[in-house]
Amino acid sequence: MRAAGPASAGPWRQAWERLRHSNSAALGACLLAAIVAACALLPPALGLDPMITDPAARNLPPSVDYPFGRDALGRDVMARVLAGGRTSLLIGLAATASSVLIGVLVGALAGFYGGRVDEVLMRFVDFLYGVPYMFLVILVMLLFSDTARGDPLPVFLALGLVQWLTMARIVRGQVLALRGAEYVTAARALGASDSAILAHHVLPNTLGPIIVYATLTVPTVIILESFLSFLGLGVSLSWGELVAEGVAVINPLRSTWWLLFWPAGFLATTLLALNFLGDGLRDALDPRGPTPNGP
Amino acid sequence: MGLVEILVLATACGALALTVWLPQRAVRAVAGLWLAAALFVGMRAWLGPWPAAGLGATLAAAGALRLPERLLRRIAFALPSLVLLTFVTTLLMYLAPGNPFANERAAPPEVEQALRAQYGVPESATAFFAIYVQRLALEGTLGPAIKVQGRAVEDLLLPALPVSLSLGLLALLLAVAIGVVLGVRAGLRPGSAEDLSNMGLALLGISLPNFVIGALLIIVFALQLGWLPVAGWGGYPHLAMPVLTLALPYAAIIARLARGGTIEVMQQDFIRTARAKGLPERVVVMKHALRGAILPVVSFLGPAAAGIMTGSFVVETLFGIPGMGQWFVKGAINRDYSVVLGTALVYFSLITLFNLLVDLTLAWIDPRVRDEL
Repeated sequence: MRAAGPASAGPWRQAWERLRHSNSAALGACLLAAIVAACALLPPALGLDPMITDPAARNLPPSVDYPFGRDALGRDVMARVLAGGRTSLLIGLAATASSVLIGVLVGALAGFYGGRVDEVLMRFVDFLYGVPYMFLVILVMLLFSDTARGDPLPVFLALGLVQWLTMARIVRGQVLALRGAEYVTAARALGASDSAILAHHVLPNTLGPIIVYATLTVPTVIILESFLSFLGLGVSLSWGELVAEGVAVINPLRSTWWLLFWPAGFLATTLLALNFLGDGLRDALDPRGPTPNGP
Repeated sequence: MGLVEILVLATACGALALTVWLPQRAVRAVAGLWLAAALFVGMRAWLGPWPAAGLGATLAAAGALRLPERLLRRIAFALPSLVLLTFVTTLLMYLAPGNPFANERAAPPEVEQALRAQYGVPESATAFFAIYVQRLALEGTLGPAIKVQGRAVEDLLLPALPVSLSLGLLALLLAVAIGVVLGVRAGLRPGSAEDLSNMGLALLGISLPNFVIGALLIIVFALQLGWLPVAGWGGYPHLAMPVLTLALPYAAIIARLARGGTIEVMQQDFIRTARAKGLPERVVVMKHALRGAILPVVSFLGPAAAGIMTGSFVVETLFGIPGMGQWFVKGAINRDYSVVLGTALVYFSLITLFNLLVDLTLAWIDPRVRDEL
């Protein structure tokens, strides 16, 4: 067992020490950084355009000039995978942000006020938990079917709207536990208002679990978006859509493996990296949790 | 969305919230009424109106008097929320641009009016919902499918329901089996090689969208090895890949939950006591630890069932399986209101029923919950 920093170090510092020594979290962070950098920097640097078609180069296998090959319309698969990554990552971030916003709000209200507010809100959360969320997502997507195909806004709205439930539960649990703490009573005795107590004393202390769960929400959202794309309801030019295109051309006669391999590989690597990072963060930020190198 | 819809929504949400404060007797009465209504609608198609009403009322009365209050409270909440959910689905369908009668060839308004009257699809969502509920309660039908000429929605869904149900249940069973075995074995020796490999697999499982897993299975087992049919629905060979595809992501989540549960339960005092009594490790695990270890898994079964159902949208599309999911997706894209509402109603009822069952199971396994009932 490695020492988790000096005993006098603050909790954030200790967490950072633990995170730094977690191999899987470091691997996840590096992979993620590499993919984000590739998606952000390579297309402008190499002048890649995902839309240029070339009838002469249809379904060209990977080569030195086009390492990822070309698709059925002769478009450069590398350009498409990197552009798709931008969309998928942005959707993941935006939907997670909106789910964090809703989840923290509901969870904090329920946990802080307790009693009947808590009961009604949590009953509502329980109820939504049982709803097959894809239903709601598909229906919400239909609302935007005039503008969709290419417009990411409705997708992340719909996904954010269904993804906040676990966040609300986690935050509620934390707030419920902190509500009775002495320093909160002290703040109240000093005349602090409810909102000030929540914003300055309670929520900052729930930040750890919020960060952890937000990290784990990003991959979930990206997967959900890829489901939508697979069903033909998602954003245009995302990893999900590219994978769906790759799946659609699977046939026993002629293999165009690069159409499936590259987007699926990027998608899976990103999700894996995010999950690694999330797990590492959880271990690091959970004071009761195991130390990085085993229990 | 008009004023009427907003009013209806607000009232429904308020009524739902109120069930939290209902006193005990009121809960029994309200739950009894809802049970009677649900049983009547459910049994009407099989028994005819009068026997269904009689049997439904008797069963509901018995239930209202005998069932534990906590369960009745859940029923009093779950059934109206089912109705609310159906209403919200209707609203969303109506809010979406387009309608079932909008064709490429623009029909004259009189024709559209006639069609709307014939299929019972007025211009307002609330009116449609009223017609729909009335038809369901009084005639016991889910209404005519708009885009599939001359068929009622239940005629479309009845052959599809067993397909989706068997697919979903098998996938759920498989997911629990794989997940619990991998997770408990990992949790018994945290940090061991087996723990690392099992959790690595689980991480891979939650990081791959199910259609990628499905596509890989198709490439390997159907195209390369030729052991299984590529797609379609028929005998057992057709089941293998879709069930596996649907189950693996959930097996991965369940394995992680079971591992956490096992690690936590193995640190409890009663496990130390059991060991101190000299029980063999196998008995300690099977008899004492497993119960605690699978608690988080059982609580996850509700969301898992909902997820597997919706996951089957994708799997049914990928493997060309004639299930309910296909009807929902097709209905949603075609704006076939009755088909969407029918599938939604069936799915929501199944989920509600399943969640009640999970609650009961949880109470049966966990004495702490049982006492609350």
